Amino acid sequence: MSDDTALSPLDADGIESAVEDALKALAAATDLDALKSARLEHVGERSPVALANRAIGGLAPADKAVAGKLLGQAKGRLARALAERQAELEAERDQRVLVEESVDVTLPTDRRLRGARHPLETLSERIADIFVAMGWEIAEGPELEAEWFNFDALNFGVDHPARQMQDTFFVEGQDGSPSGLVLRTHTSPVQARTLLERELPVYIACPGKVFRTDELDATHTPVFHQVEGLAIDKGLTMAHLKGTLDHFAQAIFGPEARTRLRPSFFPFTEPSAEMDLWFPQKKGGPGWIEWGGCGMVNPHVLRAVGVDPEVYSGFAFGMGIERTLMLRHGIADMHDMVEGDVRFSTQFGTEI
Amino acid sequence: MPRIPLTWLAEHVELPAGLTAEQLAVDLVRVGLEEEAIHAAAVTGPLVVGEVVELSPEPQKNGKTINWCRVDVGPEHNEPAVEGRSQPRGIVCGAHNFVVGDRVVVALPGAVLPGPFPIASRKTYGHVSDGMICSARELGLGEDHAGIIVLSELGLDAPVGTDARDLLGLGEEVLEINVTPDRGYCFSMRGVAREYGLSTGAAFTDHGLPSGDERPAGGGFAVEIDDAAPIHGVPGADRFVAQVVRGVRANDPSPAWMQRRLQQAGMRPISLAVDVTNYVMLDLGQPLHAYDLAHLAEPIVVRRANPGERIRTLDDVDRALDPEDLLITDSPDGVRGARPIGLAAVMGGGDTEVSATTTDLLVEAAHFDPITVARTARRHKLPSEAAKRFERGADPQLPPVAVARAVALLVEHGGGVAGPLTDVDRRVPVASFELALDLPTRLVGLPFSADEVRATLRSIGCEVADAGADAITVTPPSWRPDLVAGVDLVEEVARLRGYDAIPSTLPVAPAGTGLTDGQRARRSIARALAEAGLVEVLSYPFVGTDQLDALHLPADDARRRAVRLVNPLSDEQPYLRTNLLVTLLDTARRNVSRGESDVAIFELGLVTRPEPGAPVAPRLPGGVRPSDEELAAIDAAVPPQPRRVAGVLAGLREPAGWWGPGRRVDHSDAIAAALLVAEVVGVELVVSADADHAPWHPGRCARLSTADGTLAGHAGELHPNVVTALGLPARAAAFELDLDVVLAAASPEPVQAVPVSTFPVNKEDVALVVPSEVPAADVLDAVRVGAAGSPVGDVVEEVRLFDVYTGPQVGEDHKSLAFALRLRAADRTLTAQEAAAVRESIVAEAHRRFGASLRA
Repeated sequence: MSDDTALSPLDADGIESAVEDALKALAAATDLDALKSARLEHVGERSPVALANRAIGGLAPADKAVAGKLLGQAKGRLARALAERQAELEAERDQRVLVEESVDVTLPTDRRLRGARHPLETLSERIADIFVAMGWEIAEGPELEAEWFNFDALNFGVDHPARQMQDTFFVEGQDGSPSGLVLRTHTSPVQARTLLERELPVYIACPGKVFRTDELDATHTPVFHQVEGLAIDKGLTMAHLKGTLDHFAQAIFGPEARTRLRPSFFPFTEPSAEMDLWFPQKKGGPGWIEWGGCGMVNPHVLRAVGVDPEVYSGFAFGMGIERTLMLRHGIADMHDMVEGDVRFSTQFGTEI
Repeated sequence: MPRIPLTWLAEHVELPAGLTAEQLAVDLVRVGLEEEAIHAAAVTGPLVVGEVVELSPEPQKNGKTINWCRVDVGPEHNEPAVEGRSQPRGIVCGAHNFVVGDRVVVALPGAVLPGPFPIASRKTYGHVSDGMICSARELGLGEDHAGIIVLSELGLDAPVGTDARDLLGLGEEVLEINVTPDRGYCFSMRGVAREYGLSTGAAFTDHGLPSGDERPAGGGFAVEIDDAAPIHGVPGADRFVAQVVRGVRANDPSPAWMQRRLQQAGMRPISLAVDVTNYVMLDLGQPLHAYDLAHLAEPIVVRRANPGERIRTLDDVDRALDPEDLLITDSPDGVRGARPIGLAAVMGGGDTEVSATTTDLLVEAAHFDPITVARTARRHKLPSEAAKRFERGADPQLPPVAVARAVALLVEHGGGVAGPLTDVDRRVPVASFELALDLPTRLVGLPFSADEVRATLRSIGCEVADAGADAITVTPPSWRPDLVAGVDLVEEVARLRGYDAIPSTLPVAPAGTGLTDGQRARRSIARALAEAGLVEVLSYPFVGTDQLDALHLPADDARRRAVRLVNPLSDEQPYLRTNLLVTLLDTARRNVSRGESDVAIFELGLVTRPEPGAPVAPRLPGGVRPSDEELAAIDAAVPPQPRRVAGVLAGLREPAGWWGPGRRVDHSDAIAAALLVAEVVGVELVVSADADHAPWHPGRCARLSTADGTLAGHAGELHPNVVTALGLPARAAAFELDLDVVLAAASPEPVQAVPVSTFPVNKEDVALVVPSEVPAADVLDAVRVGAAGSPVGDVVEEVRLFDVYTGPQVGEDHKSLAFALRLRAADRTLTAQEAAAVRESIVAEAHRRFGASLRA
């Protein structure tokens, strides 16, 4: 660059022209590289305005102020313009990078195997929650049970036909003699265990596994689940039984659920009833279907566990959890519930 | 269970016209007799009486001769009339036992016979056969297929064109009901009719009441009841009625209506003598037996069996008798009671069976003790119709009524003369008991007036007398041995008002304490495993020796000591599982065989671990609270049933996808799942190698124990042989933990929080070179102990083993374990010198224990 072309720090027009050139060049830069070139050329140390600024030092003191003002303003305009353009272009670049980084968000995301609970277990838990919400507690007992608890305590006499009708799995003693043990045929032995252990009044529910010598088919399984309910208190009646069953049915099947009691027989309850559920989805049209058995606890049972039937009364009920699950979830065949095929459980996730 | 033909029921109770089986079921269920099934009519469609008007035998090439018949089936069903004359139908018939003029049963096209066997016009033997002339067997009326039914031979006549379904009872639906064990009397038309009357108010006629004419006039067959060993003090028999009938055609077929009713009730007609006894039993509920009088020697003695005694029963089985069995015996050669001729109430003997030559009978109806009968029926596995009724309690006033009825039917249909009657009557009066009049209201929650209680009890046959102002004395009827206490009467009062009347009132329980810690822990564990990608399954607890063998359990493994079932569903699986994996692995195999290549499943459940020499559970009566010692004896006899959790993992643990390849399951996945179970309940398990625990790989099995050293379970890769035997993907892994042990190690106390330090963290890496055989867990322990023991104090926030290196840089038989430490003090920023001191302390401890050095 020769002195001929050098811009005088006092040349207001020349400065204005140089600033205009510079502003055009900055505005014309379309990316950050171009902006850098434009900056070096028009704003950098060797740019006309910078050189003119440097020349201020050689001016007469009177001119210095004039030139300083001229060039100060020019530099200020250029710096602002540069910063603005820099910000614009950076934003554009950032925008472009984000666009370039875009991915197909619809690609599968199942990078981990999904597990599930067994619906019989989650349903049992849900049932337990319904009773716990009423202040009841959840009791448990062994699956391989003493005959006394499974039968005698519950008023199933040794020779009573009802005892034979239970399709019981009997257990060998260690030397081949009778063991006095059975696989519990119902969750009712927990009634007796609970009353022996707990203070009255007692309000308990007991979900659990039970066993009968039925071959597996669409509607039977030798191993299944029941929930037993037992309430012993002063002044309990069949109306309380009905109220509890109605509440339970509605909690499981919805507010429209209705129950019906009809006379039946169980050794451990008197009066006894079968409980039917009104089932709108019943095959062949809406109708009543059997859901469980219930009744007022027989005084014999109360006496067997040391409760005075003259003072206390109570009710008990039991229903199949498999059956409840089948009704609630439209399951037609028992096999799916017992075979352990993961495709069955995974339909239900971890809640029910 | 009893089957109820409506026309039969109608003989005991008034039924409204047009009553269907379905409506009958509705009426009966209200009082407690549940519908078991409705059996459809045996025949549907046109089945009519026809008269054979032409018959031309036509020999066929196959050697048979068929009859080409014209059968008049009435104007409604005949072919269109020609010149005003009715045209009988053409029907081909292969039978020859009929002639022109016989009335027969014709199934017309559209009819469906039992089978189902639909009838249509068809071309056969050169004719169009426009229907079928039916045999008894084709109509499901018996086995007789020797020829077609000729109505006159059955004593039946009806005009041509009559609906033969009604005539033969083939169009009737039959209701089968389910009778609960307390209602033995409902195993009869009499009993069901009574209940129908109670349900609907229909007029019931009791055909089971003695008329007063059944009194013996002397000279009857000698019978003695001589029970030397009553059970519970109750004699095996308290009534024995017998009557002689002579000159009866005992082997004639019974009348058609009786045969039909027996079939409708599900029994097979056999002969007049047998059918009559069955018929009266179904009708009244009293089992009867007919002996061939010619083979009986007086007196009959009812007694218990002698040790070693045997009997050949009607089913031709020679049975060894138990001294508790009650026998009917007679006295050949004058030896009193020497020969057993029947297992009382269960099955008759072969010696005195009614045979083809029998003409003289002794008809027996007795009342036997339910318990005696139940035990004998069970002991000999003979759940006969008679035993079923006696076990549930028969009506002791019925025997003379039933015998009179049976004898009358025998004489009416088989000729002969009724002989003298025997009635050994040792009945004790039915016990009466008191009922507080307010008990029904107190237990049902519905007001019952004293009048209603009295009236209801009388309606079911009770005698009721006042016992003070607030109670009554009730004597139940003879047919209701189930009514023994006040609550039994409450049920009667409630069911006859109708259970529908009971209001619905939710009881208010006292405030509860929610789930127990154990119950909450189990939920958390199951949920955690599910969230970790495992699917919960349930497997049956039944196992066989081969399944234990497949796990390669040693012969003396404790898991082979299993409880054995007396009556397993499958003889191959008579044991209860002693561990969960044995059945869970089967479930894994099933999933794999169904195409599931990646399996991750778990189960929570009980296993049974019998202890050698455990006592036998004592036999205790019901109705009485056992002593604490007795309850302890029961507890001691019930084998421990620890709750376990087990899991099986195979195939890919992390699936392949667009992100890259999947990751195969290895031993660490099983160990991680097991540790997760414990962590969920705040328990840290100690991991150590176990080279000898089937079914795991000896080099890849972790023993898991609680801090005090109690074994909690095992986890790791399964033994390759086990994996192969079970057909699982290679390198399958598994874990099993005793949840009771884990939960016992959990602190019942709430976690006490440690304050979070906000001073800067100091990150340090330490790589230690140790001999190859030193377990990482031990080195990690040394790192922790070493750090805690540094002069700086315990400032280790976290230690993480992040690399294992073997190779030339660390020398042979050595490995380098690299740990990342996060150091932070609660009260200050650590200096570089302090961090270095911690490192030095760690290295010193590791060196002391294993000769470890800092990796260069």
